[in-house]
Amino acid sequence: MTKAQAVELAAVTKRYGDALAVDAISLKVKAGSYCCLLGPSGCGKTSTLRMIAGHESVTDGDILIGHTVVNEDPPAQRGTAMMFQSYALFPHLSVAENVAFSLRMKGVGRDQRISRAKELLDLVSMADYADRKPNQLSGGQQQRVALARALMTEPSVLLLDEPLSALDPFLRVRMRSELKRIQKELGISFIHVTHSQEEAMALADLVVVMNDGRIAQAGPPREIYNAPRTPFVARFIGGHNIIEEGGRTITLRADEVSLMPPGEAPESHRAAKVSDIEYRGPDVRVSLETERGEELTAVLGERAFFDRPLDIGSAVAVGWRPEAVHELSAEG
Amino acid sequence: MSDAVEAIAEARETRASGRAPRRRARREGHGAAPYLQAAPMALVFLIFFVLPLAATIVVSFWQYTQYSIEPAFTFQNYGDVFYGCLRDLPDLCTTFVTYLSTLKFCLIVWACTLTIGFTVAYFLAFHVHTLKVQVIFFLLCTIPFWTSIVIRMISWIPLLGRNGLVNQTLVGMGVIDTPLEGLLYSDFSVVLALTHLYTLFMVVPIFNSLMRIDRALIEAARDSGASGLQTLTAVIIPLARPGILIGSIFVVTVVMGDFLTIGIMGGQQIASVGKVIQTQMQFLQFPLAAANAVILLAAVLAGVWALLRLVDIRKEL
Repeated sequence: MTKAQAVELAAVTKRYGDALAVDAISLKVKAGSYCCLLGPSGCGKTSTLRMIAGHESVTDGDILIGHTVVNEDPPAQRGTAMMFQSYALFPHLSVAENVAFSLRMKGVGRDQRISRAKELLDLVSMADYADRKPNQLSGGQQQRVALARALMTEPSVLLLDEPLSALDPFLRVRMRSELKRIQKELGISFIHVTHSQEEAMALADLVVVMNDGRIAQAGPPREIYNAPRTPFVARFIGGHNIIEEGGRTITLRADEVSLMPPGEAPESHRAAKVSDIEYRGPDVRVSLETERGEELTAVLGERAFFDRPLDIGSAVAVGWRPEAVHELSAEG
Repeated sequence: MSDAVEAIAEARETRASGRAPRRRARREGHGAAPYLQAAPMALVFLIFFVLPLAATIVVSFWQYTQYSIEPAFTFQNYGDVFYGCLRDLPDLCTTFVTYLSTLKFCLIVWACTLTIGFTVAYFLAFHVHTLKVQVIFFLLCTIPFWTSIVIRMISWIPLLGRNGLVNQTLVGMGVIDTPLEGLLYSDFSVVLALTHLYTLFMVVPIFNSLMRIDRALIEAARDSGASGLQTLTAVIIPLARPGILIGSIFVVTVVMGDFLTIGIMGGQQIASVGKVIQTQMQFLQFPLAAANAVILLAAVLAGVWALLRLVDIRKEL
């Protein structure tokens, strides 16, 4: 397997006519790391990925893989391989021939390329399906085949375009750990586009939150979750309460909010009423409306909630530790 | 014409939804209503296609004199069609020569319409991005069908004739000294006219197939290091096979039975199976003509069968 390569974007811009899809973003992805591009649809994450892959031209800026500027190189010369959202398996070819496609393009003989394909099918536990056609496979199986096909080119960077979005939730979680396992095993760089913050948190070494063609914040998952830079990041990551206090915009994790009976808590910051209660199994989500009209969410452990149960309409005092407060920058 | 537009619309729809529209059709309708809806067409088919065909097969076994035909069951007509064919081998009898000539046109026209048709369909499917422009181009392709076949044939004469535009231009440019004779009333002009007429029959089904190809497949091929030509041969052409097949069946069946175009463009000098049948009919040799027609039908069906062997059409449609 080829050595992992770093990917660097330097002021990369993409315009479609007058529309600005990606606005001069700069990013460094270390060799061998798992990077997730996270954002709502239309934020430019897929355009960014496709530019790295070479399926979209770069309007301005440079893309470096390793130490080479690859702006003008065709996909196969970049050392990247792409896994497409719809898997894009060739419907007229068997699973093995799909996986072996890149070798066939290089003129490798049939026996040799099929035996190499079987090795990769082993890696994704699909060796038993080598002779099937793609339309005889389930979504999850198709995806494994697509992964094997992408790995066949021995890429130093694997690019994944919303790879899990077409799978049902159970399969999604299983494939997620499998992707992580394969990434660790091969030691190559993965760049993975997703709109699911849960997916990004679970997989990434580096989470890049994008909005409106720009990078809102890039960092390790814990940093993104504990210290979102802007209200947008805090909202998108979820589990945060964004409130104004003392002229600052602050954020407070929902699991840092404590609820007490009114009058019992001298350090309380807000008086509020319970507007909704959602039981979720491991925890309970309590929606609150404060006297000032703010909407807050508190997530309480299941046991903690039922020790002192609340009803819709109950008055509560809302408190939090001073260390739990994180200040946001105003923009975004 | 509306067929072409429908084909585009349907192809677009299929591409957008990713699901074949036929699946929807299958779910709807129980009871008699669907059969009633199909009944008019079935009736037309029965009365104007199945019955005459059956009559032709029956008559092919009848006897005839110069002024009458009589019911019988004889293989005489079939014998007459192949009269001397075995005896004269290795020389070919008239029937074999005629069939070979028709087959030759069939193959040449098939090759020409396939090449041009695929190219045009590829252009329309991959380089024209809006439905509106695609429809406009399709309308352009149908212009030859706006006039009657005879007018179309005749209008080749001022272009290709001995003193036609092409010859005058070539002589005027000094490319040739004397006008080319072979432009009109030759194999060349027959192939030209047939190709011109039937290319659209290739374009529409191939276009339809191409529109169903997921564009991500082409990117996936490129991602795997395929060159443009490799993508064409390893991905696009295999996936266009159903369309190529349907177009081929159209062209082969139409050209095999053609006598008007070959007659006019060949200056009535080139034999074709259709022409033979027509001549026999003029001499009121109906049973003989019928026998010839049955043989032609069998030959065409054999050709279609061979083509169908190449592609499992039910699976690929």
